[in-house]
Amino acid sequence: MATMIIDGKKVNFSDQKNILSLIRDCNIDLPTFCYHSELSIYGACRMCSVETSDGRIIASCSEVPKEGMEIYTNSPRIRKYRKMILELLLANHDRDCTACERTGKCQLQKLARRYGINQIRFNQLIEEQEIDSSSPSILRNPNKCIKCGDCVMVCEEIQGVGALGFSHRGTEVQIKPAFNKKLSETNCVNCGQCRIVCPTAAITIKNETQKVWDAIYDKNTRVIAQIAPAVRVALGEEFGMKPGEVTIGKIASILRKIGVDEVYDTALTADLTVIEESNEFLDRFSKNQNLPLFTSCCPAWVKFVENKYPELIKNVSTCKSPQQMFGTVAREFFNKKDKEDGKKTFILSIMPCTAKKAEAARPEFNHDGVREVDLVLTTQELAIMIKEVGVNFHTIGEESLDMPFGIASGAGIIFGTTGGVTEAVLRKLLKDKFNKEDSEIIFNNVRGLEAVKEASIEIDGKTIRIAVVHGLKDADSLIRQIKDGERYYDMIEVMACKGGCIAGGGQPVPRIITKETRALRASGLYNIDKINQIKNSDDNYIVKSIYEKILKGNNHILHVK
Amino acid sequence: MIRNYDELLSYGDLYKKSLDKQKKKVLVCAGTGCLAGGSLAIYEKIKELVKESGLLVDVDLDKEEEGVGVKKSGCHGFCEAGPLVRIEPYNYLYLHVRLEDCEEIVCRTLKEGKPIERLMYHSNDRIYKTQEEIPFYKKQTRLVLHNCGHIDAENIQEYIGNGGYKAAALALNMTPQEICNLITDSGLRGRGGGGYPAGRKWSQVLAQNNPVKYVVCNGDEGDPGAFMDRSIMEGDPHKVIEGMLISGFATNANKGYIYVRAEYPMAVHRLQLAIEQAKEYGLLGENILGSGFNFNIQIAQGAGAFVCGEGSALTSSIEGERGMPRVKPPRTVEKGLFECPTVLNNVETFANVPIIILKGAEEYKKLGIEKNTGTKVFALTGNVVNTGLIEVPMGTSLGEVIFGIGGGIPNGKKFKAVQIGGPSGGCLIFDENHLNLPLSFDSLEEAGAMIGSGGMVIMDEDTCMVEVARFFMSFTQRESCGKCIPCREGTKRMLDILEEITKGNGTMDDLNLLYEIADTVKNTALCGLGKTAPNPVLSTLQYFYDEYLAHVVDKVCPAKICKELAEITIDPDICKGCSKCAKICPVKAISGKIKEPYHIDKNKCIKCGACIEVCPFKAIKEV
Amino acid sequence: MLDLSFKERVNEIISRHNNDKKKIISIIQDVQKEYHYLPEEVLVYIADTLDISHAKIYGIATFYENFSLEQKGKNIIKICDGTACHVRDSIPIFKAIYKYLNLSDKKNTSDDMLFTVETVSCLGACGLAPVITINDVVYPKMTPEAVVELLQKYKKEAM
Ligand SMILES: Cc1cc2nc3c(=O)[nH]c(=O)nc-3n(C[C@H](O)[C@H](O)[C@H](O)COP(=O)(O)O)c2cc1C
Ligand code: SF4
Ligand code: SF4
Ligand code: SF4
Ligand code: SF4
Ligand code: SF4
Ligand code: SF4
Ligand code: SF4
Ligand code: SF4
Ligand code: FES
Ligand code: FES
Ligand code: FES
Repeated sequence: MATMIIDGKKVNFSDQKNILSLIRDCNIDLPTFCYHSELSIYGACRMCSVETSDGRIIASCSEVPKEGMEIYTNSPRIRKYRKMILELLLANHDRDCTACERTGKCQLQKLARRYGINQIRFNQLIEEQEIDSSSPSILRNPNKCIKCGDCVMVCEEIQGVGALGFSHRGTEVQIKPAFNKKLSETNCVNCGQCRIVCPTAAITIKNETQKVWDAIYDKNTRVIAQIAPAVRVALGEEFGMKPGEVTIGKIASILRKIGVDEVYDTALTADLTVIEESNEFLDRFSKNQNLPLFTSCCPAWVKFVENKYPELIKNVSTCKSPQQMFGTVAREFFNKKDKEDGKKTFILSIMPCTAKKAEAARPEFNHDGVREVDLVLTTQELAIMIKEVGVNFHTIGEESLDMPFGIASGAGIIFGTTGGVTEAVLRKLLKDKFNKEDSEIIFNNVRGLEAVKEASIEIDGKTIRIAVVHGLKDADSLIRQIKDGERYYDMIEVMACKGGCIAGGGQPVPRIITKETRALRASGLYNIDKINQIKNSDDNYIVKSIYEKILKGNNHILHVK
Repeated sequence: MIRNYDELLSYGDLYKKSLDKQKKKVLVCAGTGCLAGGSLAIYEKIKELVKESGLLVDVDLDKEEEGVGVKKSGCHGFCEAGPLVRIEPYNYLYLHVRLEDCEEIVCRTLKEGKPIERLMYHSNDRIYKTQEEIPFYKKQTRLVLHNCGHIDAENIQEYIGNGGYKAAALALNMTPQEICNLITDSGLRGRGGGGYPAGRKWSQVLAQNNPVKYVVCNGDEGDPGAFMDRSIMEGDPHKVIEGMLISGFATNANKGYIYVRAEYPMAVHRLQLAIEQAKEYGLLGENILGSGFNFNIQIAQGAGAFVCGEGSALTSSIEGERGMPRVKPPRTVEKGLFECPTVLNNVETFANVPIIILKGAEEYKKLGIEKNTGTKVFALTGNVVNTGLIEVPMGTSLGEVIFGIGGGIPNGKKFKAVQIGGPSGGCLIFDENHLNLPLSFDSLEEAGAMIGSGGMVIMDEDTCMVEVARFFMSFTQRESCGKCIPCREGTKRMLDILEEITKGNGTMDDLNLLYEIADTVKNTALCGLGKTAPNPVLSTLQYFYDEYLAHVVDKVCPAKICKELAEITIDPDICKGCSKCAKICPVKAISGKIKEPYHIDKNKCIKCGACIEVCPFKAIKEV
Repeated sequence: MLDLSFKERVNEIISRHNNDKKKIISIIQDVQKEYHYLPEEVLVYIADTLDISHAKIYGIATFYENFSLEQKGKNIIKICDGTACHVRDSIPIFKAIYKYLNLSDKKNTSDDMLFTVETVSCLGACGLAPVITINDVVYPKMTPEAVVELLQKYKKEAM
């Protein structure tokens, strides 16, 4: 334990990796643009600068605390410099806050207010650059970019994709795809993690709320919505609730208020996925064919494999993702009804995920011009709609979901977090084979936020080795190790986003997303599971009736060819 | 292959003897400057002529031969007077040599030993026969540059014959710690700009436990107006290699990189040649001189980015990344190249190392002044009579350099300012204080400039200091890597304001704003480029505030440099009233009656200059 | 557009640098030497071969002054506007060249593709200021008149 002095107060520290975290631990909200604890330290924005007792100015994000060090976080000089940095940034910024998607939640705008920037003394010199709306998931507006580099680091360091990069030098520096390509022409997997870290509106979710309004206002359209597990533990954050607080009841009543006709649960079709995928796995395992089996429910991961390891596509499960299974089943279910009522059914997904927008648009999920899922709205866009209609989120009551697709098992619910799919499958595989305690131990291995988690189980005298990985960079290195023969697995769950869908690219963005945010959201899902009567996917009686009454043996429609 | 210390000494003796046997030596400067003046053809010609006369000796010093040695030397530093040819043992220095002079040089000087006076330096009717007498050289102390211009830069034997690699051999018999201590005791400070004690840096690297360490030589030399490192690399490449080898042994590093900027193809060529020769002679590679120590050197070429001279940007560049500086800590001595502990020093710093080993710390310290020991090489350029490369002991006064060595200001103009330290340095005003200013790291920093890498640009009275500030700012702005906000945005804004001022659109508020930005950038930028970018602005604001006021308040440029502040007028005495100008003026600013003097309405004139060109009588001028 | 045979040449360059992605700058330098610019398909090919992202190689290629993604003229003229040259009037030389070759802010390669003009900050021959280089040959102590003569000479040679 050592001591340093921050703004005149003694502070103890032990292993903080930089002064910045120490300062934040002291409840001082030091401004930053380019610091994310999970990314490497870039040190470019200089907003985190502090003054030392001998008058030096240092960037606190890249300075290690030292015994006896004395610093000021808000000295007159520091204030002056921060203001100047902000003024310089704003001088080159498309400062059209009123017409900006990010207004009110923009780090740049917030800091400009906080430091009272009331006047920009420079001429606007910027040339307007084209907005890139080519991606099905995200919108890139270079005119709002402050070149903090966060998106580049997340895309490269966490996702191992590198769709975005720095180009040119000096004032000409730009953050964009290579060779001036549009994002849709790159290897971007649509995960939206860049949008999570972007402090401004330079990268935002492609807003498709208007299409929902159009469907709702159309009298001949029945709008049904499916809600993914992770949505319910994050939406509340947009309205001041804590991460992990469950708001599914509010979501149901709000959606109905907005005009959605029926509200369902994607966790139900996650149960379907569990059953289909377990069967697929057992089949492959017995034949020792195309192992390891990779999960297929994360479209960003699927795209990543297609881009980088085409030879491994055969290892990816043929199961459609829960979202697409829902679309498939619901279409089957409503087809007859539609004809009877002379209506169209508009299937809306509410997802934590930007990649799901791209998934729903894939050609294999489009049958003769009809998509399995018509539109994907992210949690963030749902929040926009809620605000638009002016519903009071806090006072609105809770309602239950509709039937027949409104009941899910706990296994289906935990799909939303890393390890969830694996645990759900394990629950099915281990059912009746193990006592409760032994199972719990195995499940614990696959929970949590470690980069790579492992479990192995014995079934019929054979060992099944399972790995869980989240974050594509980690998935990438796992694949390399497998290819190099350093590791061996039979089944691997991959989620593109660190922590799984709870931290998906479509979720609300807290000031900074940290491990704690992820852990809290995940525990929200585990809490729902805890109080759920049905723990196991094949104990879900709705699932049974779907097989019997809707699929009627046509299980193959739950798979891609 | 030289296997040990004794062998090195005996080879040294052998080469020395053969060199001495060469009765006469012709050293044709093959530095970049003289090459540009055609020195290669001169070299070939002289060689041919000597050969014809049967006197030519081979460069191979394994054989002792009598006769005339004709060699390509490195830069003498007096490039302005190039191509240069030096004749030993007379020590004649011939300037501005042309192909036509070769015959005479061979006949008269080489055969008859007679000087050719018209090719010699003369000033005030005095002819300076030997190089050493010329004031430009006389007042210098050429230690680092000692071999430059005096030995064949492409021949390791000459280097060894002149005592080369002896320092390395001595060092290999010391312990690493002893070498670090010796360098520390000598007071050697980094010549790349920062002036950080080299010995301390080495000790820090030595103390790291990493099995892999690197020695990196910074030959990026991006400062415009500086070419010291180039001349050393081209003129005495082995000295740099020897310095690096000693550094490697002193820090337990086995691999070295020399980072050379892309604009220096000749330096790359000579270094490459030198590395190969050193390998061949067993002075690089495995088990050097039987010490068991291995050391290899590789050249990395820059690709055109000034910022890559900054240590962490340089290592990123070698690693194949964009050359953007990174945050420190960790420092280069802990995690430098490829994340390993790294000694990063400047070319000139390394070139000092063998000298220190041979002289000993005490003797070395006698040169220079306290805390600033040894010599420093400067590139003296700009409006000065003798431009070129000079080397003086630290602490030599500015006046001595400019007037003593540089010969003062040409064309009878008055001295106005000197800019030291490249774009990161400051402009110093000419007054008693500054003329006596000793050139050292500390005194310059106190005066608001810095030694930088040693570029020294002299400016005469016709220089506009606002324009100078604008010029430097445009350099830093262009070279900023764009990573951190203060530097990326701040330099652009400062440049913008300076441009407006030189165009006559500046206001007093702009001056304050300029100061405010400069203050922020200086204090908050990530790397040295940004931190020092405001220096030219701050120093000119400090010393030449009047000039800023003239531009801003009176809207005039006292030095008449800023075109847009100039006025275009017609001299009524010369104008014949031909009306040509009125016809060409795009804004109809000129009026008048035929055959009477015309007149320009200065409120309308946009200073396009079209009328000046068209007037057949040169009646129109910018004032 | 390049024909497919570029792969062979590029493979050769890459293997000359031991397929080492850390040598990417040297590799790009060699490619530039070969083609006088950096064709997009070559860069993409290098990136894929060395397993680095396209964005990364693009970032490197656009960072360094010497790299060009556009085809350059046959002769590369570098005008020094470093300090020493600037104070000895490099700007009039710059203007003379631009005027002679009919170039502008946006265009630094002449229409006949004979010349590309670049401004550099110091060629390290400051003692001979003002300096230009054409294809790395140094031309010292330039004047606007001399430079135009020089260009005329190059033009004639090209014909
Ligand atoms: C923008 C910038 C450019 C630099 N350029 C050079 C250079 O060209 N050559 C050099 O030796 N040092 C240069 N330096 C200084 C180096 O960062 C480093 O301090 C030096 O090479 C260390 O060597 P020394 O201790 O021997 O001086 C530069 C620094 C900065 C910030
Ligand atoms: S990005 Fe932020 S600062 Fe910029 S316009 Fe939008 S809200 Fe305003
Ligand atoms: S905040 Fe200011 S600028 Fe924005 S809408 Fe309101 S009044 Fe207009
Ligand atoms: S969406 Fe994901 S893959 Fe695409 S640019 Fe952003 S971080 Fe990279
Ligand atoms: S797009 Fe956003 S995250 Fe990326 S550099 Fe620009 S401001 Fe930063
Ligand atoms: S982990 Fe979940 S949120 Fe993230 S991309 Fe995959 S499916 Fe979407
Ligand atoms: S100070 Fe300038 S050169 Fe240095 S890191 Fe910042 S932007 Fe790059
Ligand atoms: S300089 Fe141009 S605008 Fe001014 S008077 Fe002459 S021709 Fe007219
Ligand atoms: S062109 Fe010259 S001489 Fe003719 S009117 Fe104009 S200034 Fe007079
Ligand atoms: S947070 Fe420290 S520099 Fe950006
Ligand atoms: S190049 Fe010959 S004296 Fe400098
Ligand atoms: S300033 Fe032009 S060559 Fe150095």
